[in-house]
Amino acid sequence: MILSNLESIPYRTVSKQLGLVQGSTVRAKHVGKDILAGLKNVFGGELKAYTELLQEARKEAVERMVQEADAIGADAILNIRFSTSSVTQGAAELFAYGTAVVLEDQ
Amino acid sequence: MHIDLIIVLVLLILGYGFGRHAEKRHYQSIIRREKEMRGMLTFSAKTPPQDLKIANTTLVGGNVVISVDYFKRFVSGLRGLIGGRMKTYETLLDRARREAVLRMKAEAQEQGAEMIFNVKLETASISKGAKNTIGSVEVYAYGTAVTLG
Repeated sequence: MILSNLESIPYRTVSKQLGLVQGSTVRAKHVGKDILAGLKNVFGGELKAYTELLQEARKEAVERMVQEADAIGADAILNIRFSTSSVTQGAAELFAYGTAVVLEDQ
Repeated sequence: MHIDLIIVLVLLILGYGFGRHAEKRHYQSIIRREKEMRGMLTFSAKTPPQDLKIANTTLVGGNVVISVDYFKRFVSGLRGLIGGRMKTYETLLDRARREAVLRMKAEAQEQGAEMIFNVKLETASISKGAKNTIGSVEVYAYGTAVTLG
């Protein structure tokens, strides 16, 4: 599976468009980590626990998108976009979407 | 009553001291790494030029969550009364964006790529501090890393 946020793959040609595929995940913060983050709010600086949490969540959203594309027999997902929204206090939704396509044989 | 005031003062002093130190160190590290990564070209162009011989493309990204310190939040609260430029938050977002871009570049370098196209930056405030002021922001930078063949 080739993933790209370009509109086309420069060295391959698209033979068939399969439409939009998407993956999302909603993650809540860990209480212990939240307390540590509260301390960081006094001193400032990077909140490493959150950085990792969001990174993992984004990876999961991409995995789900890839699963969906796999299920319909796609070779690649193009024009991938990410979006983040906070659903409730202390939880965030991470969303990845793109266009699934079939590529011509090389 | 007095204890409250003392706590606020202590937090302000701690925030000012540690926050300033952390920011200075972070900027030094950003500037140093930006120099190291200068060879990795990034473009916001949607498609690479036609005559570029491309062997492989991969999606790369980097994210960072940075929090503002107590002192800055206090100062920006005051700034909110009179309006105008909030320099404290400007540096917060500047640091976050540059850090996220650097991490994206580092990932591309690991993959052995030469350039990154269609770079997008996404900003989200993930947690709200006291009295609904912005506590920390997340910046995610992503793009398509290109290996030349």
